[in-house]
Amino acid sequence: MSDQPRVDADLAALAEDTLKLAQARGAGEVAVGVGQSRFTEIKRRDGAIEVLRASTSRGLSLTLYLDGRFSSNGTSYLEPAALSRFVDEALAMTRRLQPDPHRGLADPSLYGPTPGAEIDTWDPRGDVLPMERRHELLEEAELAAREHLMDGPVVVSVSVSQTSQASRSLQLHSNGFAGEHAQTGHYLGVGVTVRDEGARRPQDHDFAGGCHFDILPAAATIGHEAARRAAFQVGARKLKSGSMTLLVESRAASRLVGTLLGAATGQALDQRRSFLQEHEGEAVGSPLLDLFDDPLLPRGVGSRTFDGDGLVARRLSLFSRGVFENPLIGVYYGRKLERSPTTASTSNLVLTPGEASLDELVKEIDHGVLVTSFIGGNSSMATGDFSFGIVGEAIAGGERVHPVSEMNVSGNHLELWKRLVAVGNDPYAYGSRVLPSLRFDDVTLSGS
Amino acid sequence: MSQKLKTPINFFEGTLGTDDGLYRRVLEAALMHGGDHADLYFQQRTSQSIALEDHEVRRASLGEDLGVGVRVVHGDATGLAFCESLDEKALIEAARVASGIARGGSPRAPRPFEDVALESRYALLRGWEEVSTEERLPLLESLDTSISAQDPRIIKVSVSLRDSANHVMIVDAEGRKAYDYRPMVVCSASCVVEHEGRREENSTSISGREGIESFDEARLHEMADRLVARTLVLLEAERPPPGELPVVLAAGAAGILLHEAIGHGMEADFNRKGTSIYSDAVGEAIAPAFVSVVDDGTQEGLRGALNVDDEGYPAQRTVLVEDGILRGYLHDVISARHYGLAPTGNGRRQSFRHLPLPRMRSTYMLPGPHAAEEIIRSVKRGIYAQSFTNGQVRIGAGDFTFYIKNGYLIEDGKLTAPIKEANIIGNGPEVLRDVKMVGDDLLMDQGGWTCGKDGQSVPVTVGMPTVKLGGVTVGGVG
Repeated sequence: MSDQPRVDADLAALAEDTLKLAQARGAGEVAVGVGQSRFTEIKRRDGAIEVLRASTSRGLSLTLYLDGRFSSNGTSYLEPAALSRFVDEALAMTRRLQPDPHRGLADPSLYGPTPGAEIDTWDPRGDVLPMERRHELLEEAELAAREHLMDGPVVVSVSVSQTSQASRSLQLHSNGFAGEHAQTGHYLGVGVTVRDEGARRPQDHDFAGGCHFDILPAAATIGHEAARRAAFQVGARKLKSGSMTLLVESRAASRLVGTLLGAATGQALDQRRSFLQEHEGEAVGSPLLDLFDDPLLPRGVGSRTFDGDGLVARRLSLFSRGVFENPLIGVYYGRKLERSPTTASTSNLVLTPGEASLDELVKEIDHGVLVTSFIGGNSSMATGDFSFGIVGEAIAGGERVHPVSEMNVSGNHLELWKRLVAVGNDPYAYGSRVLPSLRFDDVTLSGS
Repeated sequence: MSQKLKTPINFFEGTLGTDDGLYRRVLEAALMHGGDHADLYFQQRTSQSIALEDHEVRRASLGEDLGVGVRVVHGDATGLAFCESLDEKALIEAARVASGIARGGSPRAPRPFEDVALESRYALLRGWEEVSTEERLPLLESLDTSISAQDPRIIKVSVSLRDSANHVMIVDAEGRKAYDYRPMVVCSASCVVEHEGRREENSTSISGREGIESFDEARLHEMADRLVARTLVLLEAERPPPGELPVVLAAGAAGILLHEAIGHGMEADFNRKGTSIYSDAVGEAIAPAFVSVVDDGTQEGLRGALNVDDEGYPAQRTVLVEDGILRGYLHDVISARHYGLAPTGNGRRQSFRHLPLPRMRSTYMLPGPHAAEEIIRSVKRGIYAQSFTNGQVRIGAGDFTFYIKNGYLIEDGKLTAPIKEANIIGNGPEVLRDVKMVGDDLLMDQGGWTCGKDGQSVPVTVGMPTVKLGGVTVGGVG
C-alpha cells in the first residue's frame, strides 16, 4: 500500500501475536482482524448545537478453525491479559462444538495482491475538518432550508448533522493472507419537519457524502432539497387501490434490490430458502435488470481490494440482461454447495443506468406513484412475496400532482422485475448501492 | 415460583477495581466547563451464540466488550465521548472531549456518591457466563428435533441461542450510583417446508431476561409446535385483497401496533422538539374510553424488563393512555428537565458508545371488556392478523406500519382462508381513535423484539389483548 495509512504498529503487532497465540494453543487455522476508527459528529437543531460526539475505537476479531470446528469471535477489550483469556475461552468453546467438514480458510490460490491506493477510499485530508468549517456547513444548510420555506408551510424544526470518520483495518490469515484497508467518510444530512393540517408534522431529509470531502455538494443545496421534500408532503393522501405504474426514486431503490439480492446468496440457496432456487441461468427480470458488484469503483463507499474471506476483489455480474447469472457465495457455502466461491457479500452494488432523468421518467407516466421512500414492510426470501409501505408523489398525465402516504405496494419479485420497463440516468451517488430510479408497470398498490 | 439471582456484587468495583475516587476525578474533568448534568456509563458485556443448521452446529461466537461513556448535558445539548478501557488517563481525555459542549461555563464538583437501591426483576438462578457450551447444545438439539420430527414436508431447520451477561454502572454528578447485572437470551428457530413444488419459510423466537433453567422441554415443544403450524399453513395461504378493511389483531405480538402507532410518538425527545404528531396532546382524548396503554419496565423476566434505566433511574410502570386520555410522555433526563418532571426510567442506550434517549420497555394495552370470539364474530368481512415480523413509524406524519406474516380472512364472523405476507399501513392517531373493541385476553409476547431509533437497537417487549381496528390499508394483491 502506497498512499494509504496503515493500522498503528502496536495494533498490527497485536494481530500477529494473537494469531500466533491461538495457533500455539491449538487452533489449526486462524484469521485475525484488527480495526481502529475515529468518528466526530456534530448535530445542530434550530440554531443551536444539540450533540457533539467524538470517539476513537479499536477492536479485534478472531476466527478459529480447530479440527473442523469453527467459531468467529470479537472483542474490544485489548489489554494483553484480557486478550489472552479471551483467546483461551474462544478455543475452549470451539473445542466443544461439532466438526463441520466445509469450514476452513480460503485456498491461498484465491488470494491476490491487495494494493489499496487505486480504489482511493482515503481522503488525503483524512477525517480532519476544522471545527469552524463544520459549524459553517451546519449553518449554511439550516439557513438554506429555512429560506426555502419562507413562503411555505410553518417550519417545526430543522436538524442538521455533520459527521467525519476514518477507519483502518488489517486482516491476517494463518495460511498466508494479509490485507489492509483504509477509508474516510464525510457526510452532511438535513432533516426538516413542517406543519400540516391537524396535528400532522411531515418530516423529510436529504443527505450526501462519501469517502472524500469534495464529493459533498454545497451545504445549501442539501438544505434546500430537504426543505423541498418536507414541504411537498403537506396534504398527503392515498389513492384508490389498483394496478398502476410504480416509479421508485434512486435513493429508495435499495429496498427492492436488497430484498431481491437476499435470495441470491449461498446460504439462501443451501438452505432452500430462496425464490431464485430453480432460476439460475434463467431470465427473472426484463433486460434492464443488469446488476453487478463492482469492488474497485474509485472512491466507492463499498470499495475494497479483498473480501471478508480474503478473496481478491473482482467485478461480479449478478443479473445480466435479466438473467440470474451468479449468486453471492463465500468460501463456506461454496464448499457446501460444491461450487466456486464468488464473494459472500456485495461491495458497491451497481445497476446499469439508462438515459432518462427522473423528470423525464415522470413525464412519460400516465397514472402512477413516484416512491421517495419505503416505510416498513417485508419480503419472503423463500417465495419472493413482498409488501411494503410507501411515501411519495402521485403522478397523473406526466405531472406530479399531490403527495401520497398510507399506501402499500405488494407483489412477488419473480413478477416485479419482469415489469421493469425503464431505468433512470441518476444512480444514487452517496452510498454503496449505486442504483438509478426504476420504473415498473402494472404493480398493485393498496390505498383506499 | 419465581427464580431469582441473589443480588450480585458490583462487578466494576469488585472485579475491575474502580472506586469513588476515579469517578470523582473523571466527573470533575467532565464538568470543567460546568454543565447541568454529567454521567459515566461503565459497561462490560460478554455474549455467546451458537447456531445449528441441518441438525449440526454450523457457527458459534463469543464476544466481549468493555468501555465507559462520558456524557455532559448542557441545556438541551449533549457532549458524548467514550473510551474502551478503564485507564484513568483515557477516561479523563474522554471527559475533556465531552466537556466541550458546555464551553464557557464555570467548573463544578460532583456530589458524593450513593448507591441507588434497586429491585431485582431478572428471572434467573445462574448467569449465562457460568453456563457451559455443553449445557447449551442439548437445548438446541432438542428444539431442532422437536421441529424436524413433526412433518415430512419440513426440509430445513435452523435454530440458534444467543445469550449475554451485561454489567452496567451509571455514576452521575448528582451522586447517583447504580449498578445492574442484565442477562438476556434469545432462542430462535426457523424452518422451510416444501410440498408439491411450493416452498414456504417462517421463524419464531422466545426471549427474556431469563436463565437457562427457564428453557424446559415443555416451553421448547410449544415453540416448535407454533413454528411448524405457522409454516405449514403458509402452503395453503393466499395473499389478502388490497384496500381498506377491518382488522382483528390476535392477542400478543400485535402490541407492535402500539409500539409504532403511539409508543414512539410518546417518546419525549420528539415532543420536546415538537416533531411528534402527539406534541401538545397531553390531557386530550385520543382513543375510546376502553383503551389504556402503558409502558412498563417492571414485569419480571420479560425482554423489556429493567431494574434501572441507563441514566440510573429505577424503571417504572408509566401510563401513556388512561381510559382513552393521553397522560404523559416517556422521559429521559434531558426531556424530564425540559418539562420540569421526574424521569420515568425510559433513558436507554445501546451501549457505552451511544447516547441515552427516551425509549420504550414493555409496551402493552390493558385488557378491555370484550371476549375474543365476540370480536371475531362482529366482523362481516376483514382480516385476522395472527403473527407479525416488523413495523415502522413516521413520528411527525403519524403513518405507521406493521407486517403480517400469518393471518386469516374473516367472513361472516368466522375465520376462513389462511392469508400471508401483507403490510398494514395506517395513521397512528386515526387508528387509535377508531379502535372498535378490546378483548379481555391480554398476552405479553415472548418474541425477541428489538427496537431501532437513531441507529441504536434496544430490546423491548410488546403485548396486546385481541383488538378490532375499524379500517386500515391492507397491502394485498389481485
